[in-house]
Amino acid sequence: MKRQTENKKRYQQLVKEISPKPHYIKNCTWAFFVGGFISMIGQFIHNSVERMLNLSHLEATNATILIMIFVGALLTGLGIYDRIGKRAGAGSIVPITGFANSIVSPAMEFKREGYIFGVAARMFTLAGPVLVYGITSSVLVGLIYYLLK
Amino acid sequence: MSYLWAFIVGGLICVIGQLLMDTTKLAPAHVLVIFVTLGVILTALGIYQPLVDLGGAGATIPLPGFGYSLAKGVIKGVNEKGFFGVFTGGIEATAGGITAAVVFGYMMAVLFNPKTK
Amino acid sequence: MAIKRIGTQTIKFVNPPLLISTASIVGPKEGEGPLGEYFDKVLSDDLFQEVSWEKAESKMTKEAISLATNKAQLKIPDIQYLLGGDLLNQLIATTYAARDLQIPFLGLYGACSTMAESLALGGILIDGGFADRVVAATSSHFSSAERQFRFPLELGNQRPLTAQWTVTGAGAVILSEKGKGPTITHVTTGKVLDYGIADASNMGAAMAPAAASTIVSHFSDTGFKPEDYDLIITGDLGIYGGEIAIELVRNRGLDIMKNYSDCGIEIFNGKKQDTHAGGSGCGCSAVVFCGYLYKKLVEKKYRKILLVSTGALFSPLSLQQGESIPSIAHAVTIECN
Repeated sequence: MKRQTENKKRYQQLVKEISPKPHYIKNCTWAFFVGGFISMIGQFIHNSVERMLNLSHLEATNATILIMIFVGALLTGLGIYDRIGKRAGAGSIVPITGFANSIVSPAMEFKREGYIFGVAARMFTLAGPVLVYGITSSVLVGLIYYLLK
Repeated sequence: MSYLWAFIVGGLICVIGQLLMDTTKLAPAHVLVIFVTLGVILTALGIYQPLVDLGGAGATIPLPGFGYSLAKGVIKGVNEKGFFGVFTGGIEATAGGITAAVVFGYMMAVLFNPKTK
Repeated sequence: MAIKRIGTQTIKFVNPPLLISTASIVGPKEGEGPLGEYFDKVLSDDLFQEVSWEKAESKMTKEAISLATNKAQLKIPDIQYLLGGDLLNQLIATTYAARDLQIPFLGLYGACSTMAESLALGGILIDGGFADRVVAATSSHFSSAERQFRFPLELGNQRPLTAQWTVTGAGAVILSEKGKGPTITHVTTGKVLDYGIADASNMGAAMAPAAASTIVSHFSDTGFKPEDYDLIITGDLGIYGGEIAIELVRNRGLDIMKNYSDCGIEIFNGKKQDTHAGGSGCGCSAVVFCGYLYKKLVEKKYRKILLVSTGALFSPLSLQQGESIPSIAHAVTIECN
């Protein structure tokens, strides 16, 4: 038994040596520029709607998020977003457009399984956890804030 | 100037995400969950607000920004409605985004089909 | 007394079954790869005029079997057994093909090792006198496998450098007790091994120990030497898995470096086609064997090869539960005569 675990350990060491490492610098550069670029577009939309529609700062922020989600969903539908993601990695996963991508891609994929169990149920396979942990942690924060206040 | 800061802050948040994925065994879903939760916690601790002030969309467009809105909403909810606000504040502040994600998501899924790679 | 057994894991056929014909159908990407010209049919659209990728995969299997049967100048009712499988849950690609073909069916699951497994069992049926003609068929489809095992197609994620690309393709081989063609002479059945690799995007590394173990057992059971083979080809270890397997076999005192290759490496041009570590899937060793290797054997470019199909026996569920990836490899010796 002990010899077996030792063998496994030695094997995993060998695998580590032979398997290539991710290109950290290249990946991070892509993530930085694409993530930065998406944020900059967000800023541009924010400034534009704030000025043109005479919105308050908070309203403009919310409007920007709506537009960005729409764009992310559309680019996913058109089959463009995954091509950006292949290079950009976190650069296109972390922005809110990536959240839209994580909703549309499974929903589209499972259309053959029907509009209830396919599209609607699968929509949240990836986005569901984000909502669950985001909302739950915000409730915990609210609760602590309420008790301390 | 606001564009430059948005670029830098947004880019750096993504780089942290990339490093998390490349150096650990975390999948994208893990990173997103960590970022949202972190956004909530950092906002509650008053650390995220300065980042939003500096980076604008650079801090609100990446996913921690969603946590930021949730946390800010819940605090506002508690201030206005007391205990009930604990449960309504977060979603109220992010209702637009969540609804947009559901509706646009459904719409695109109905309209388009995935393409083979 | 099992007179056809030699060593611990190997069978030596007394009346070696003949492989009288093969057929291979692949998707567009495989058609653009280095082996494109060897396949019988290259689809221009991998939906194959169907409404789902699962149906497309099933249709590929069905067509490959029909094509191989035609090439051997046989009719479907002449085939006495269909042995085969695929990667999908409950083998739906193969079973739905079997529903239409009405050949007595034995469904097999060995993940990507299913091609060698079907060939081995087909050979056993024939040498044992249980059948005259058997078809062995396996398939995989990038899009149907991806949605079952990994992520939606349009998700903007990055594939690690060790990740492999599931081959879209189906291969079928007709085995017969008489006729013309290369023969299967030996079969080495593998054991399930697990060296604790839990990374589903590094399956080559998960499967390499199984491949190495089967190869080593094959040589010790048969007394063959690596030089006896023109080619020792694993199923889908990919670039890094292949490297690890060579190393593991070398540690056991055998050098297979010179005549080693891997179906997953042969089928794609990794750099141009962005497939990272190489091809994978049941279809990978199936189409490389049915398309490329079989033709080389018939042309006598290769006289004797060892096909070692490798399979990673995990499910998305077992991975989520934190289990590592067990794997298996089966080896068949194929000689032209």
